[in-house]
This record gives sequence, C-alpha cells and structure tokens, in this order.
Amino acid sequence: MKSLRFLIPLALFVVLAGFLAAGLKLNPREVPSPLIGKPAPDFALPRLDDTSRMVKRDDLLGRAYVLNVWASWCAPCRAEHPLIVDFARRSKVPVYGLNYKDQRGAAQAWLKALGDPYVATLVDADGRTGIDFGVYGVPETFVVDAQGRIRFKHIGPLTDDAIRNRLEPLLKDLGV
Amino acid sequence: MFRRLALLVLLATGMASGIAWAQPKEAAPVAADPVLEAKVLAIAAELRCLVCQNQTIADSNADLAVDLRKQVREMLQKGQSQAQILDYMTARYGDFVLYRPPVKNTTALLWFGPAVLLVGGLAVFLTVMVRRSRLAADRFEPDLEDER
Repeated sequence: MKSLRFLIPLALFVVLAGFLAAGLKLNPREVPSPLIGKPAPDFALPRLDDTSRMVKRDDLLGRAYVLNVWASWCAPCRAEHPLIVDFARRSKVPVYGLNYKDQRGAAQAWLKALGDPYVATLVDADGRTGIDFGVYGVPETFVVDAQGRIRFKHIGPLTDDAIRNRLEPLLKDLGV
Repeated sequence: MFRRLALLVLLATGMASGIAWAQPKEAAPVAADPVLEAKVLAIAAELRCLVCQNQTIADSNADLAVDLRKQVREMLQKGQSQAQILDYMTARYGDFVLYRPPVKNTTALLWFGPAVLLVGGLAVFLTVMVRRSRLAADRFEPDLEDER
C-alpha cells in the first residue's frame, strides 16, 4: 500500500482536471431559471399587428405554447429566425412572439422581411414583462404548458440541436 | 506681473469649477431625491447584471441594468424593503443575481470550501512537521555548515 502513495498527487490531479474539463463545457451565460415549474408571470400585452387587441396570460391557458422573445435590434434573433419559422411550420404547438423593447415599425418590417411564424406577437415595449420572465439575453424561448406553468427556458438563439433534442421531446411529453 | 498671475489663478479656478459642475450632470440622470438614489445604488450594488455578469447593476450601463435600477427605484418609492426587492429579483433571475449568494445546501461548497481547504492544508502541514520533528537526526541530510 505504501508503495502506491506516490500516486496520490496524480489522483488529485486527475480529479482536478476532471472538474476543470467539466467546467470548460459549462456556459456561464446560461443561468438556470428559477421560473421552471412555476406559473408564467401574469401579463396583458397588446398585439403587434393590432395594438387595440390585448392578449392576457390567462387567455392562453388550456394549451401548451412556445414563447419566443425577440427584437428587431437583436442580431442573434435574425440568425435564429429561420429555425423558428421552420419549427412553427412543422409543429402543431402555437408559437407566440414577445417583441422585447422594440420599435413597432421596425418590428413589423422585420417580420415582413423574414417571415412571421407567430400565432401572435405581443408587444413588451418597456421590457416589464421581459423582467417578469427573467429575460436577460434576447433571444430567449420558453415553453408554457396547458396549466400555464413554465416548463423550459432556452437562453440565446435556438439551435437545430436544441429544438430536436430538448424542445421537441418536451413537447411530446406534454402531449402536443 | 502680479496682475497676470491673478488672472491666471482666476482662469484656473474658473476652469476647475466648470469641470466640477459638468461632472454631476453627466453622472446621475435622476438626482431628484438623493436619499432615494443612494438607496437605489446600495441595492443595485448587491445585484449582478446578467448581461455583463461581472458587473453590478449599479456599475453597468447595459439596457437591462438601467431597467432594473428603474424597477428598484419604483419599488422603493412604493415603500418596499430591500429584502422584498432582492426577493423580487431572485424570483426572476435566481440566486445568481445576488452578489452575496445565500447559504444553503447548493452553495455550501462555495461558502465553506475555501475554509475547508485552508484547514486541510494546515492539518497536512502540521502532521508533516510533527512527524519530521520526531525523526532521528541521521535521517536528514547533514547541514552544509556541519560538513565543513
């Protein structure tokens, strides 16, 4: 036993290297949201296409939906958008947009140019609803289930991989 | 000569006071109530700006930090306490938003890890020293002075 003592520093090194290797793979920008499993925050927001019509949180109860937070000033949103368009076309789940701190005209032009995958886009002009959802890096994507609970949050642009391996399996679990 | 000097002094103080006046105008956009503003900054200094991560909300000029400072200000105006405001922020952004994370199971390593490492290091150091002090002198290489 004593002859193996020289291996102790090596073992410690391996453990440390393991921690560091795992740390390399973590994304410090992805902060786990405390909102997962909690009811979606209350909101009542005007629609982008018709600001006289309000959409309330409780109007959306009874059916799971995807909420995609975007803004026309946000470059990663532009990169993400084709994926959302594609996803909305394939999926039966309604996708809502949350237009975060944007100008109305710019947002409408953006949707016109890049395609509008959203059942409706809700306007969060002052970012208050964004704060309630804990949004800090646009684009973000949420899944809210039929009972109105937040089940999933993705920070930053969605990727093919995230849609296929996280979003779609979750929606399948939710039975939609 | 004397007159020139007086003029120079006058110019210099004038310029200095001009600079002193210009600064607060740029720094604090809302200084209507300095007491409130001091409270806002004190709370903002406890909160991490999630966009820029290693800055507090008080330091950062990111859009979100400005919004959250506004939120803090409004909550203070409504008479809410610092604890209520910090709760409000953690409910939305998680413990990560706090620069002083709460002590609980998941943060135990963070809080006590350094102390454990220090105590462990001291324990190893002491055992090594004690063991060595008990060894006979011929187990060590002779000192250079003894060789002479």
